Amino acid sequence: MAYEMLSGSQAAAAAVQRAGVDLVAAYPITPQTAIVETLANYEAKGELGGDFVSVESEYAALACCYGAAAAGARVFTATASHGLAYMHEVIHWCSGARVPVVMVNVNRAIGAPWCLDPDQGDSLSQRDTGWMQIYCSGAQEVFDTVLQAYVLSESLLLPCLVVFDGFYISHTYEAVDIPEKEKTLEFVGEKRFKPQVVPGNPVNLHGLTTGDNQILLVRNRHESMIKALDLFKQVNKKFEGYFARSYKAVDSVIPPGSKTVFVAAGSTVETIRWALPGLKDCGLIQLRMFRPYPAEELCAVLEAHDVERVIVVDRNCSIGMGGIFSQELKAALYNMENPPIVEDLLLAGGIDLTIDMLHRVLETTAEGKNADQKWGVDVR
Amino acid sequence: MRIDELKIDSEMLYSGHNACPGCGAALAVRYLTKALGPNLAIVLTASCWSIISGMPPLTALKCPILHCPFPSAGSVGSGVKRGLNAAGHDDTTVVVLAGDGGTFDIGLQAMSGAAQRNEDYIFVCYDNEAYMNTGMQTSSATPFGARTATAPYPLFKAGQKKDIMQIMAAHGIPYAATATVAFPDDMESKLKKAQAIKGFRFIHILSPCPPGWGTESSDTIHLSRLAVSTGFFPLYEIENGVTWKMTHYQGEKKTPLKEYLSAQRRFKQMDRQRMEMLQHEVDHEWDCLMEKVATSPSE
Ligand SMILES: Cc1ncc(C[n+]2csc(CCOP(=O)(O)OP(=O)(O)O)c2C)c(N)n1
Ligand code: SF4
Ligand SMILES: [Mg+2]
Repeated sequence: MAYEMLSGSQAAAAAVQRAGVDLVAAYPITPQTAIVETLANYEAKGELGGDFVSVESEYAALACCYGAAAAGARVFTATASHGLAYMHEVIHWCSGARVPVVMVNVNRAIGAPWCLDPDQGDSLSQRDTGWMQIYCSGAQEVFDTVLQAYVLSESLLLPCLVVFDGFYISHTYEAVDIPEKEKTLEFVGEKRFKPQVVPGNPVNLHGLTTGDNQILLVRNRHESMIKALDLFKQVNKKFEGYFARSYKAVDSVIPPGSKTVFVAAGSTVETIRWALPGLKDCGLIQLRMFRPYPAEELCAVLEAHDVERVIVVDRNCSIGMGGIFSQELKAALYNMENPPIVEDLLLAGGIDLTIDMLHRVLETTAEGKNADQKWGVDVR
Repeated sequence: MRIDELKIDSEMLYSGHNACPGCGAALAVRYLTKALGPNLAIVLTASCWSIISGMPPLTALKCPILHCPFPSAGSVGSGVKRGLNAAGHDDTTVVVLAGDGGTFDIGLQAMSGAAQRNEDYIFVCYDNEAYMNTGMQTSSATPFGARTATAPYPLFKAGQKKDIMQIMAAHGIPYAATATVAFPDDMESKLKKAQAIKGFRFIHILSPCPPGWGTESSDTIHLSRLAVSTGFFPLYEIENGVTWKMTHYQGEKKTPLKEYLSAQRRFKQMDRQRMEMLQHEVDHEWDCLMEKVATSPSE
């Protein structure tokens, strides 16, 4: 094993360099910039192994990836916040066109006003676009997930968004095991998809269709996406064989007798994991995969441990409704016989999760008006 | 010259496409695919051509067509060309096809980015001088004085048509040219010339639109010819942004613009004063063009 001290951004770039990409299209935005700069450095040293293009906008970056992937290329781009929002039209288009694009989004709040902190509202705003979404809690996970994303994306012909928090992950360094490129290339493998644009083949790709046909295409996309839940397990089994590590869509640390479980996605997972020994009767669930939504796995974990209280850490807020992860979880619990109560800890704006906050939230009860929504600013 | 007399190889536009009778845009693409085919890939953005190309699995063209979001054509073209290169299809000509809206307006940023990077494809703008797909709304390519669905009588398009050729020349791209459907031989030689060049190439094709312009479908060629003879749409080419050359020059004596304008219902309510203003503008543009041609460095 070869460990390197890498930031989350560098780990993402290292994975892209080892995934055998044909084209990287790049546009900078804080806190994602280090990813495209690291890739540009690979390119400068002749080590990228593919084409690198600095385009004039995020919209152009993803549109360029769309065109290249349609012509059969393995592609990558990365963005954050306003960049992701700016891409929105093409984000939908890539999924509808069934091109396997892998993109990293580094969470950052969206203005107004300008804010650089890691609110998750950017990626969550793209929830319904037909992209897989995987949330990482550290640099190693980022590296591994980017590699896995190519396998998932190319197998299912659906684009995949790999997400992690700005600064907490993008800018902090940890020891990351970076395997030999030979091995990572073998893991990712030959391209699993066929080019759509083939010279000499007169096909009319993604032109006008009817609602009657569109519903079939949407259903097909939905069914393909659901397959990612199983495929994620297979991919991780294979990954384990190669690199002796693996991940689950829903990971958990729930000591026996836990009455309360925190549910989190992204870097807050690691904060809670660290605090867990000091939190009485508490467990932790990491929601790694957000699309497709692993509802059954989540319910199974909660049911198996007889959990009474769930506190969802939402570094986001769907204004007028509440934390998005908690809303999704509540919907998933609807079919449970004895669902736990669900409370929401809102860190919208991207505020830090502190150990004190976790203790204070645990001390509050879930009774009273709006008691199920606690704003981070009130409990720190 | 008649289309069947052209030396160019084969027909790539199927009959049964969805264009209106007399559609200049359909003719333009018929000529261009004949000239550039058969090893072609077309990136097609939202426009009348999204409809003309047919409803998949049907297709109107004998080459692959990749549809893309309205503002994205310039960037998708970059991706397709680079992707085809990666797949070993370096010899395929990539054409990005957009209307005036997809070029002058919403697509300008992507096109400018691609032109500045000197991406290796041909950007073809078929210019029918309005958003026709959505029903003849004003674009920045709509000429001064025209009535549109967003400038209904007594309103009219107030500003001048954006000078896209100067914008493209300012990018210093290897090749840019104007063309129109009444001059297929001129269009063909420009396309063939463009095809032999590497880098970003831009072809601006004036394409009369009978329902949008308020003309008979049988008048398309006549109007296209008038656009040239009045000096409203001169035929020329620009190499490397600096060498300007007329490719069709009928001498200083131009047909009065009024003949062109009064043949189209979109200019029906244009009074004499505005016609004179537009005539003045056309004369001025013409003089500027002649100046550029006269002072162009020779190769
Ligand atoms: C982002 C976006 N805005 C608006 C539209 C609607 N739309 C489709 S085609 C079109 C006009 C196209 O005009 P032009 O490029 O001149 O091509 P034409 O229809 O005249 O051939 C518009 C406004 C769209 N598809 N996407
Ligand atoms: S509206 Fe005009 S440009 Fe569109 S298909 Fe009809 S004639 Fe052609
Ligand atoms: Mg138009």
